[in-house]
Amino acid sequence: MTGPTRRRVLGSLAAGGASLALPAMVRAGAGSARVVIVGGGFGGATAARYLKRHAPQLQVTLIEPAPRFHTCPFSNLYLAGLRSWDSLGHGFEGLRGAGIDVIHARADDVDASRRTLRLSTGQTLGWDRLVLSPGVDMRWDALPGYDEAAALLAPHAWKAGLQTQLLRRQMEAMADGGSFVMVIPDNPFRCPPGPYERAAMVAHYFKQHKPRSKILLLDAKDNFSKKGLFLQGWKALYGDMIEWVGLADDGRVTRVDAKALTVETAFGQVHKAAVLNVIPPQKAGFIAERAGVVDASGWVPVKAESFETRQVAGIYALGDATLAAPMPKSAFVANTQAKLAAATIAADLLGRAPPAAFYANTCYSLIGPGYGISVAGVYRAEDGRIIEVPGSGGVSPSDAEAAFRADEAAYGASWYAAICTDTWGA
Amino acid sequence: MPPERGGLSTLQRSQVLPPSLVAPVLLSLAGLGLVLAGPARGAELPATTAAVLAGGCVNCHGPDGRAQGAIPGIRGLDEGYLRARLLAFRDGRDAPGSVMTRLMKGHDTHQIEALAKWFAQGGTQ
Repeated sequence: MTGPTRRRVLGSLAAGGASLALPAMVRAGAGSARVVIVGGGFGGATAARYLKRHAPQLQVTLIEPAPRFHTCPFSNLYLAGLRSWDSLGHGFEGLRGAGIDVIHARADDVDASRRTLRLSTGQTLGWDRLVLSPGVDMRWDALPGYDEAAALLAPHAWKAGLQTQLLRRQMEAMADGGSFVMVIPDNPFRCPPGPYERAAMVAHYFKQHKPRSKILLLDAKDNFSKKGLFLQGWKALYGDMIEWVGLADDGRVTRVDAKALTVETAFGQVHKAAVLNVIPPQKAGFIAERAGVVDASGWVPVKAESFETRQVAGIYALGDATLAAPMPKSAFVANTQAKLAAATIAADLLGRAPPAAFYANTCYSLIGPGYGISVAGVYRAEDGRIIEVPGSGGVSPSDAEAAFRADEAAYGASWYAAICTDTWGA
Repeated sequence: MPPERGGLSTLQRSQVLPPSLVAPVLLSLAGLGLVLAGPARGAELPATTAAVLAGGCVNCHGPDGRAQGAIPGIRGLDEGYLRARLLAFRDGRDAPGSVMTRLMKGHDTHQIEALAKWFAQGGTQ
């Protein structure tokens, strides 16, 4: 398909106002280059838009099953009743308007040697560079008793969609005085502060509608993101409603009975729930396995300076699917990884010098209306590894005044509007 | 720092500037692959590196630095003012401002100068 593609792209270039740029592009071969991106979330959609910004002549195709992408960020606010479901959805009109070919299909298989991608529609696409931003899949074999069928009774709600709406319906149906039990995995997993923000948002809903209810968090680890700030905020807003049990206090769940709504811990304690939210261990999205870019951990190792995968040249990976510690698996990080990768791929195809690798993170979490907290970090590549820039980053001060918490709550909402506009362009 | 440089008055002034007049020119230049920055100085960061740096800022300050809510816009602000504010955040001479001190502590002076120029010039590739 290279022949027709090249003719079409060169033809459109010659007809357009960018013809002055043509000689350099032809020499570099970028006029005929096609980049295919799998995943329309914060990593994939950002990569597509920024590739077009850096090199408008590239043919950029994005594969995403959902006609509207619902975000995990702010889905906890939906559970709280503070955001509508529709407000979490983002369409792809902005990408199409930027000249990106968006195909709503599932990516089923990658042939790395032939450089093709097969879709659920039966279509096969050729690519010069492939960018995988597939997010996470649940490890259905990792927690005894918790498989796909169990998730219909005890939702994970860790991919925004029907699971999130199911969990909200279960909260609404629960009687006052019930016990909401959340099972939290060990690191690494998507959105490190997410479970703890969720606890606060469920508490906000209970405080208004079911004030005698309790929230029990059973955690496979002893430390978590913004721990001190969460413990302080939970206490300030919800008193004793939220109880957190870490690994040292037998918080690690080893078996789930979704029909009985019970969980069993490592030392044999059984907890009964009225609503059971199980966040299981995770791995890179399915297509990364098909592409042969995951390692034994189930995640994708990447080159620190480019986010090209270590296993396969020409295939890049972004976001939650990657092994990118010390960067967290967050939307902000996926977005900045995408910008670095897009600039790197464009420079590569245009025969220019690549950018210096730089990544950043900012995560706001909401504990209640007018009460927000944050974590931030700055990262760079050094000797082939990703490092946090010494002296940078950290969390909100523990002794901040109410006005600081109120500002950070407002900034969180502002962040969401900004990053979604940047990512989907709508 | 003179009082009229203080956050709000500067922000309000910036909002009456017509960046829409500037953006198409910058966009078309970017399409031709021209370097937007003026004459290159030795210490100046390459444009693609500056673009990647700026990519972190816009996730909160809005596309090209155009505000989307409570976090202030930074597009089209005076370059000297931006540089001074960012250095003050980094060096602890300004109020912490949510995450700004924590983020700027991860930036060197060249990076801060590149960001100040980037957003002063319209924040567009």
